[in-house]
Amino acid sequence: MNARQHNLDAERLLQHYRTMWRIRAFEEAAERAQREGHVGGAVHQSIGQEAVAVGVCANLRPTDQITTNHRGHGHSIAKGTDAAAMMLELCGKAGGTCGGKGGSMHIADFSVGMLGANGVVGAGIPIAVGAAHGAKLKGEDRVVACFFGDGAVNRGPFLEGLNWAKIFALPVLLVCEDNGYASTTRGRAVTAGAGAAARARSFDIAAHPVDGNDVVAVDGLVRDCIERIRAGAGPILVHARTYRLKGHTTADAGAYRPKEEVEAAWQADPIVRAGEQLLGLGVAEAELERARRAAETEMETAMRAAVAAPYPALAEAFTDIQDIGAPA
Amino acid sequence: MSRMTYAEASAAALAEEMRRDPTVWCLGEDLGRGGVFGQYRGLVDEFGPDRIADTPISEATIMGAAVGAALVGTRPVVEMRFSDFALCAVDELVNQAAKARFMFGGQARVPLVVREPIGMWRSSAAQHSQSLEAWYVHVPGLIVVAPSTPDDNKGLLKSAIRADDPVVYMEHKDLWGATGEVSDDADYLLPLGKARLARPGTDVTVVSWSRIVAEAEAAAGEAAAKGISAEVIDLRTLWPWDRETVLASVAKTGRLLIAHEAVQVGGFGAEIAASVAEALGPDLKAPIRRLGAPRAPISYAKPLEDALRVTPAAILGAIEQLAG
Repeated sequence: MNARQHNLDAERLLQHYRTMWRIRAFEEAAERAQREGHVGGAVHQSIGQEAVAVGVCANLRPTDQITTNHRGHGHSIAKGTDAAAMMLELCGKAGGTCGGKGGSMHIADFSVGMLGANGVVGAGIPIAVGAAHGAKLKGEDRVVACFFGDGAVNRGPFLEGLNWAKIFALPVLLVCEDNGYASTTRGRAVTAGAGAAARARSFDIAAHPVDGNDVVAVDGLVRDCIERIRAGAGPILVHARTYRLKGHTTADAGAYRPKEEVEAAWQADPIVRAGEQLLGLGVAEAELERARRAAETEMETAMRAAVAAPYPALAEAFTDIQDIGAPA
Repeated sequence: MSRMTYAEASAAALAEEMRRDPTVWCLGEDLGRGGVFGQYRGLVDEFGPDRIADTPISEATIMGAAVGAALVGTRPVVEMRFSDFALCAVDELVNQAAKARFMFGGQARVPLVVREPIGMWRSSAAQHSQSLEAWYVHVPGLIVVAPSTPDDNKGLLKSAIRADDPVVYMEHKDLWGATGEVSDDADYLLPLGKARLARPGTDVTVVSWSRIVAEAEAAAGEAAAKGISAEVIDLRTLWPWDRETVLASVAKTGRLLIAHEAVQVGGFGAEIAASVAEALGPDLKAPIRRLGAPRAPISYAKPLEDALRVTPAAILGAIEQLAG
């Protein structure tokens, strides 16, 4: 997609470029920290998918909200969650977004409208729909964007949630990030029919495919979708085709994928593409290099600080459970 | 006080709380025509279809949407029709509603009530009769309530709606038509976690909840005729349960029977028995007794269904054995 066609000015695209680098640098730093033994559990990287997170969240207001899935670092950063607090969270440290009690798959920052990642595939869909339902009941003007993968479209909550969003005409942007794999199984092999967009249309929900590796295209499409949703159009689905350049988790080398497929995907790296678009708009290469280095420095610093930070007080294991009936 | 049924008492509680707090709303199937048991009758006329919302038959999304709506500052009352159907929404209740506050480090609250009617009722067979309260007691983050009288159903439901954590609210289907005197006070709040002394006594403590409380009271009446004074405690809230009241009673009587409709194996009676044994073991005058259903699916045929019931006769037998 030509950036000029979308009237996307260089400054906005450069901002996208910086955010995409921040996401990638965060996840690369997280992987290093995990290899050094500082991050537990499973870390699901979104490397290669950054353009979707950035292109969608750039069109949301601070008062708009999102839910995301297990692969949600990019969405959180793009929505404005403090990356240093996220890194503390991954390391299970005090000061993390959730006080170290959630980890990678449960990052949330309600202060910026990030209503939570989720460890259960598809579970964020009914929650997003409900958040939009709540906003409608309260007469609040906000849009809720919901990120999920191609694997989620085979779960009941996807079908139930789409039906619900449509019948209650809720202001929800449904974003299917189709990265080709449902965990380690090729999504197409386990999905009947044409996938997310076709299923959405069967509910009479408008659905738009987009090249999810082109941040200019995602930004342009989503800007239009959000305008329509704010005007009362009800839910809209965006089917963003992208590619997960890494494995399902950092522990998965992704060897089940043909080598040529992965190599071709790296050639379509969304960050490289955005860089080329910026060069075409006359932005200097040195500017791009500065963006990358700034992101890497920020995340390396955040990672080292998180590694050095203290764990939460042990009493935190027993706080915020419930007002009555929690361990004394 | 007004005389009303257990179902009417719940509708009165809802109406009062919805008048008091515009963020309270109800969602579930068939609510606009009063709900499957009439427990929402008349509410749509006052509050309209946005706040008495008819939903698709989508249990997972009824619960999941309620979680999302609770996270953004509303107080949903979720109707699941039968507790058996709530099993279609266990992820949304157990992994989402119960965990959000803790998992997000206290940033969020999930102030929802999920009504899950329990119990054997008119030969409803294996998928419409279960009492699964012990499952939810096992899940950190949840409050579990099981009212046994119309008055309690009003006062406890109001407290559940005002609670800031998710409440699994388990009414008994066989009690919908039970009548009693109910408080008219618009701020009639029965504290969650406090038991009710249904009948005072000195020889044996009988702890129960939900429909079996009435059976225990009937048995205690018969025991009295035989010279045994049985104290009946209605737990009302299973989590947190009123440990102090139970321990104080057993410290007095030295004998404990727990009677519930749910399967005895792994039932909540086991937790009470173990807790009392740990606290008062050497002081007990007799080994603790439990009465619950055999570990069998609930039959359709009336005599087979009845074979699983905890009856007043069985409770009386256990009381006599304990006191003997």
